[in-house]
This record gives sequence, structure tokens and C-alpha cells, in this order.
Amino acid sequence: MNSLGSIRRVFAPWNDPAAKPYIVFERVTKTFGGFTAVNDLSLVIYEREFFALLGASGCGKTTLLRMLAGFEEPTSGRILLDGQDMRGIPPYRRPANMMFQSYALFPHMTVEQNIAFGLRQEGLPKPEIEARVADMLKLVKLGQFARRKPHQLSGGQRQRVALARSVAKRPKVLLLDEPLGALDRKLREETQFELMDLQQELGLTFVIVTHDQEEAMTMADRIAVMDKGKVMQVATPAEIYEAPASRFIADFVGSVNMFEGTVERSDEDGASIAGNDGFSIRTSNTGGAARGSSVAFAIRPEKIRVSSKPPEQTAFNAVAGEIYDIAYLGDMTVYHVKLPSGQVVKASALNAARITNDPLTWQDRAWISFDPDAGIVLTS
Amino acid sequence: MIAGWSRFNVVSVVLGFAFLYLPIVLLVVFSFNESRLVTVWGGFSTKWYVSLFSNQGLMDAAWVTARVAVISATVATVLGTMAALVLTRHTRFRGRILFSGMVFAPLVMPEVITGLSLLLLFVAVGLDRGFLTVTLAHVTFSMCFVAVVVQSRLVTFDRSLEEAAMDLGAPPVTTFFQITLPVIAPAIVSGWLLAFTLSLDDLVIASFTSGPGATTLPMKIYSQVRLGVTPEINAVSTLMIGLVAGGVIAASIVNKRRAVQRARDEQAAERG
Repeated sequence: MNSLGSIRRVFAPWNDPAAKPYIVFERVTKTFGGFTAVNDLSLVIYEREFFALLGASGCGKTTLLRMLAGFEEPTSGRILLDGQDMRGIPPYRRPANMMFQSYALFPHMTVEQNIAFGLRQEGLPKPEIEARVADMLKLVKLGQFARRKPHQLSGGQRQRVALARSVAKRPKVLLLDEPLGALDRKLREETQFELMDLQQELGLTFVIVTHDQEEAMTMADRIAVMDKGKVMQVATPAEIYEAPASRFIADFVGSVNMFEGTVERSDEDGASIAGNDGFSIRTSNTGGAARGSSVAFAIRPEKIRVSSKPPEQTAFNAVAGEIYDIAYLGDMTVYHVKLPSGQVVKASALNAARITNDPLTWQDRAWISFDPDAGIVLTS
Repeated sequence: MIAGWSRFNVVSVVLGFAFLYLPIVLLVVFSFNESRLVTVWGGFSTKWYVSLFSNQGLMDAAWVTARVAVISATVATVLGTMAALVLTRHTRFRGRILFSGMVFAPLVMPEVITGLSLLLLFVAVGLDRGFLTVTLAHVTFSMCFVAVVVQSRLVTFDRSLEEAAMDLGAPPVTTFFQITLPVIAPAIVSGWLLAFTLSLDDLVIASFTSGPGATTLPMKIYSQVRLGVTPEINAVSTLMIGLVAGGVIAASIVNKRRAVQRARDEQAAERG
């Protein structure tokens, strides 16, 4: 069976019709005054899933998370958690814990006291609290900082205290609001993998809010891409990247080239598109586009070949242009090729060999070409 | 860069400070005067301090003032903090603007008016003027100062701290006492100290609202001065200055040390 992307997923409850949804947003709307933050949104999240809400700021993703935590009540619609309607249940009685973007560590308490705070509210016996705090400190490797105050910690350490504090109560769901936003790049990458390991280890359901698509792609089982209070697409990272549902998604996630055109033929073998950029496109998928309709053919830069010589055939999926810009990134090189129509096409080539016998330079005439299954037809 | 001190600058500074502090310095110096005359230096002595402590009238007044100040500052702090909380947290209730205006109006109200209106009120409700009425009057005018101080802290308070506490299972009341209150405590302490100082040196409102047996120290000093200034008054004033100045200096040193320590900790934490 053909699969999108390079990962075979064993955990995929969303494909299992018998799987029971764990978190359900049912036609949820939230308005603040005249502003609609979340607009008639429905969404299902499964148990033990690592779920990412991805979108630009102001798209409603944080509002969604805050409604799940209980800080906001939906204006209409309802939210179910493990089958229970959450309406009217205050944050302190919900089985979900949140890790805040600002970490929100209590400044007057030590690391230990911060982590123990939630356990103390439960009224657990003292020895048990101490044991669990010790476990948490070990988990986030902060044992020697137990008696420090938050201001005596570095940003990365604070982030780990916030994490330990939010998982100490062993919530059913952990909500993470831009958890890595304040960390520098290197630390962020390390922490991404730590979070994934932690989620596996604890078997929790994670819902993460982020504006960083790379972060969402790295960590999440599924991603919901949001825009203007609506979910545009919910899918695995590979599906989002390789089979975006619309021009918006294709453009929002990763880098993409879009060729607008008109469908000339559409059947089970695929489609032919008369491109507006002076070349015709044959593709093995039709995207459900009917003959005569205007569509966009979206193709990722790494799926376009660039060469100084013409490809084997030039009747379709190939066009000549001029090298307009080159970005050498080490592991790969990105070429910007300007077509006669004026469109600039991005094509990236993996630098698998150290030495190439077909080097390209600025202003060279170059051919770009691609395979029929390399791109996707978008109708919306 | 400032290129040294010009003569003009030096003169300005000296004159400015002299204007501010010369009267106080004179007062302090003459409290140690041997002579009974306030304006003639007769040698160093601490006898006026000794006689001060045997002046029952002054000591009684000092005791009344201390009690009024502590009680009124405490009540004003509780009320002022509550007002500040409502004003910063509930930004959308009806009449908020009116309420905030009413809380802060006494800041600019002439003391004579405040004192007179309180007096009229106490007379109208038939409350005998004395310790209780002075204390109530001081609560009234100092709580708005507390509200201002606490409100300015609450504006910068990170609400996500409270949300985090509730998220971790703390009901609102627990959240307030375990998170909000400890975090804003420095502002509340400042507010209390401000209210305490205001009560300590109030003359006008106390004169209107006090009655027999509840003469405060400023009232006592004022009435004695009308009969002629004695070095005893200098001595008691010097003690008051010492008390207030000592408090202010101690508080600022503690604050400064804490800030320096914090900056050091933060730098150390970032280095790893």
C-alpha cells in the first residue's frame, strides 16, 4: 500500500472506527465582545494522542486550549472530556493540567514547593507528596535545584519545572501553550524529543498549541491547522505536508510552489492541466477537480529537479528558466528559477555528494522537471 | 558626560538642600540644647529627652497616636487592598468609573473639608468624639493611598499565576491566600507603612474628629507650641523624625539588597 511520507504509523486511532474519542469539541463557538475567536469548531482528539493546534497568532488556538482548561466557557457548543460534559466545571476540578507559555512559576516558592503545589491541593499525605516530587525532579533532571527559587534558574530549567509541576498530578490530559517558545533553538530541539519521550513514558494525552510548524511536525501525531477560529485541516504531519487540503494549508506549512491552471482532462489515471506559466502538467491525482475548472498544482521544492540539460521528455512537467538565486545551506541547495512567465520556482536539491559535475550558477539557463505523482491538485 | 561641577550647580544644590533640611537640622540641634531658650545655644545636654519621658501629657498623646496609627493603618490596608482588587480585576462592572473616582477623591480633597464633613457625620449619627472617631477618620483618608499603591502592583501582576494555581486544583480562595497575597505582599506592606505614617503626622483631621482623652501627638505638640516652644517639643519631634527616617532608610536598604541579590541570582542562573 502506498503511504504518505516516510513513516509507518502504528498508533492511529483516528483511522479506527471503533476507537472512542477522548476529547470532543462539538460545534464550539467563543466570542469576546464582537470578536469571534473560535467559530463553530468541531474536533476530536483520541486518548494518548500527541495533538498539535497550529496556527498564526490570533487564530483561536490558545482560546481553544483555555476552554479545555476551563479558563473560558464556550459561548455555544460543548466540550466533552472522557465522555463528560465540561460545561460549568471550574479549572480546579478538571482532570487536565496546563503548562503555561510564561511558565507561571510561583515566584515565592522553591522548585520543590512549586511541584508539590498541585499535590498539596489534593490533600495527599506528606510522604507521598515528597516521593512524587522526588520522582518528578528526577524525571526532569533537576534534583540538585530542588531548593532554588524560580528566579535562580535558567530559562530551560524553568521550563522543566513548569513541565514537572503540570505532570505531577498525573492528569489525563496535559495542555501545553507554546511550551518551547521562550527557549533558544538548540535547547528547543532537544526539548522537543524530551517531551515526546515523556509523553510515551507517561502515556498521557498531550494537546499542544504552537505557531511553529516545525515543532508541530516533529512532535505531533496529528495536527489541526487553524485560521480565523476554524480548523482548516486535521491530519498527520505527512498528510498535511504531502496532501494539503487547500492552497492555504499548502502555503502555510512548509515551502511550496503553486502553478495555477485549467483542467483539460480528469479521469481515474489522473489529470492534465494547462498551466498558466506556459507548460502543461500531468499528475496522477486529480484532487476531484472537474474538467474545465481552475485549480492550483502545488509541489514542494524538494520534489523538483533542476539541471542544466533538458530532461528526457519536455512535453509536460518540464520547463526551462533562468537561475535567479541560489541559497547554499550545506545539507541542501535551494535554487530559485525564474520562468519566462515571471514566476519564480523554488527547487531544492539534497547535497548527497560532495562534488557535482553539473554545477549551476546565477543566470544559467536551467530546466526544472518533476514526476506525475510529485505534486497535488488543489481546488480550494 | 558631565564635565565636573560648575559653580552654579554647587550653589543650587547647597541652597536647595539648605532650604529643605536647615529647619529640621536646627530643630534636632536645639533638642540637645542646655538652655531653656529655643534660639540661644547653651551647651550640649540630653536633659530635655529625660524630662520628655516624665511629661505624662506628651507620653499619653504618643501612646494614643501609636494605637490610632496601627489600628487605622491595618484597617485601611485591608479595605484599600480590597478596593484595589475590585478595580483591577473587575474592569467591566457598572459604575466602575464612579467607584474608582470615589476611592481616589480623598487624595486631592482638602483635609479641612474631609475633617469637617467627618465631624458633621459623627455628630449627626451621635457618635461621641474620641479614640474611635479619630481612628475611623484616619481609615477613611488613608485607605485610598493604600488602594493606589496596591493597585499599581496589581496592574503588573501576572494573572497566569492565579490560573496556574487554579489549574493545579486550588479553589479561588486558596489561590488568593497562597499565591496572590504573597506575591503582592511587598506592595501591601508599603501601603500599610504609608497609611501608618499619614496617620502619625495628621493634625487637621485629628483636630476635627478627636475628643477628650484622645489627643494625638501632633495635636498635643501644636497646642503646646501655642503656649511657647520648649526644647521638649524639639526632643519629641526629633524622636519622630528618627522613627520615620529610620523606617524609610531600613526599608530602602532591604529593598536594594534584595534587588541586588536577585540580579546576581539571575545572572548566575543564566550562566548555568
